[in-house]
Amino acid sequence: MKLITAIIKPFRLDDVRNALNEEGVHGMTVTEVKGFGRQRGHTELYRGAEYVVDFLPKSKIEVAVDDERVDQVIEAIIKAAKTGKVGDGKIFVTNLEQSIRIRTGETGDEAL
Amino acid sequence: MQGSIRAVLLLIITLVLPPAAVAADIDTGDTAWMLTSTALVLFMTLPGLALFYSGLVRSRNVLSVLMQCFAIACMASIVWMAIGYSLFATDGGDAQAFIGGLGKIFLVGVGVDSVEGTIPESVFIMFQMTFAIITPALIVGGFAERMRFSSMFLFATLWLLIVYIPVAHWVWGGGWLAGLGFMDFAGGAVVHINAGVAALVAALVMGNRKGFPRTPMPPHNLPMTVMGAGMLWVGWFGFNAGSAIAADGSAGMAMLATHIGAAAGSLAWMCREWIRFGKPSMLGIVTGMVAGLGTITPASGFVGPGGALVIGMIGGIVCFSATQIIKRRFRIDDSLDVFPVHGVGGFLGIFLTAVFAAPSLGVFSGLGLPEGATIGSQLGVQVLGAVAVLAWCGFATFVILKVIDALLGLRVSSDEETEGLDIVLHDEQGYNL
Repeated sequence: MKLITAIIKPFRLDDVRNALNEEGVHGMTVTEVKGFGRQRGHTELYRGAEYVVDFLPKSKIEVAVDDERVDQVIEAIIKAAKTGKVGDGKIFVTNLEQSIRIRTGETGDEAL
Repeated sequence: MQGSIRAVLLLIITLVLPPAAVAADIDTGDTAWMLTSTALVLFMTLPGLALFYSGLVRSRNVLSVLMQCFAIACMASIVWMAIGYSLFATDGGDAQAFIGGLGKIFLVGVGVDSVEGTIPESVFIMFQMTFAIITPALIVGGFAERMRFSSMFLFATLWLLIVYIPVAHWVWGGGWLAGLGFMDFAGGAVVHINAGVAALVAALVMGNRKGFPRTPMPPHNLPMTVMGAGMLWVGWFGFNAGSAIAADGSAGMAMLATHIGAAAGSLAWMCREWIRFGKPSMLGIVTGMVAGLGTITPASGFVGPGGALVIGMIGGIVCFSATQIIKRRFRIDDSLDVFPVHGVGGFLGIFLTAVFAAPSLGVFSGLGLPEGATIGSQLGVQVLGAVAVLAWCGFATFVILKVIDALLGLRVSSDEETEGLDIVLHDEQGYNL
């Protein structure tokens, strides 16, 4: 099992969610985060006091998938989240050691 | 000495006897308008100024600003009733040039039928009280986000007694500036120069906020600031048009001049900002509004709409530069720009009053200068008055702050400042989202 963490532009969230649905992934966790990579921040100006704001709002999506589907899911996320402009985000894949459904106690792939 | 013994006897006697009924010579129209104006001016402080200021600070300090405004409003009300009105309005005998007397402490003798001009005296007391409330509340902007509440409260009380009341007496209570024909219709000197200078002195004495100017400290809730700005604009009609103390053409013209001044100041600032920084901003346009209003305040009852247009524009243009200079060139943390907007605006307005009151300026004509005055001679009086207010306010504010610093300290500690005044001073959070 793998945990796929995707940090994307917030306005792409609905597209990614729909794309994941089509891949058969029906559960996910979404967090609102701030961050930057190569995308530059912006300047704000208040009565002459100028501030450079580095952090940009992003959405973080976490989905747990079985090993067979990892590549398709990644491809679906990329297709839905990409705008072609700097700041599109990143995807990280980490090993998922265990997964449990709280209600039933199912573990492993059945819990995904 | 005689005066105060007399006052105490009067107090004792009048507490025993019912207040004397005076023939009711009131004009109901004037009275209705002044009752309304009073409400409008209080509304400027609560919640107008409170919202305007608190939206500009960081969320961890939002309550501290609201608390300061609220507490000052309450304190000033009591002080005005107890001794302020008497020192402002009554005859001070030998000291009348500088301060009034104690004949009306705790408003002895003021009854339901007491009259001041064409309105009940109670209404006059209330109207003037709202000015005594808003002036110390304005100063809050100079020391926002770093002052201890107890010290602030003591400061505001002493400042009201030592600076505001005497200056108000000089200009409106029959003091020496009134005697010289100093023109300040609604408080360019009494309110705006006073508050602006005090805020600047406070910012200098207390020092900059931790991290200023490099750390970003953007306003946490600009919509709240804009709401406050709207309330200030509307309330200012009570502030300026109400200063006519009558429901007549003078009030109407003052309202017109005030409104044009606000609109002109807003657009002037907006344009300057657009040109200088590339985009017009919300904070900019409302600050321009305040600048225009502050500048037109002393002139409002003396000028025509054409003059008001020019005055408002100049206010917006000049106060914009003043803000940049204080913040960027001098790096003084007058956190909410009280001096560059109210102080500089007040000065400008006081000077421009002498010019635009003149009835000989075509479409920019005013309602007339005092008997025998010329633009030049009046300008001299205006400058003298403005400088006198600046000097007394600056000096006294400095001394009061230094005394309080020695007694209680002025600032919270560095760690407390980082954590935020709401938690540290009030055990509260503004937002529990």
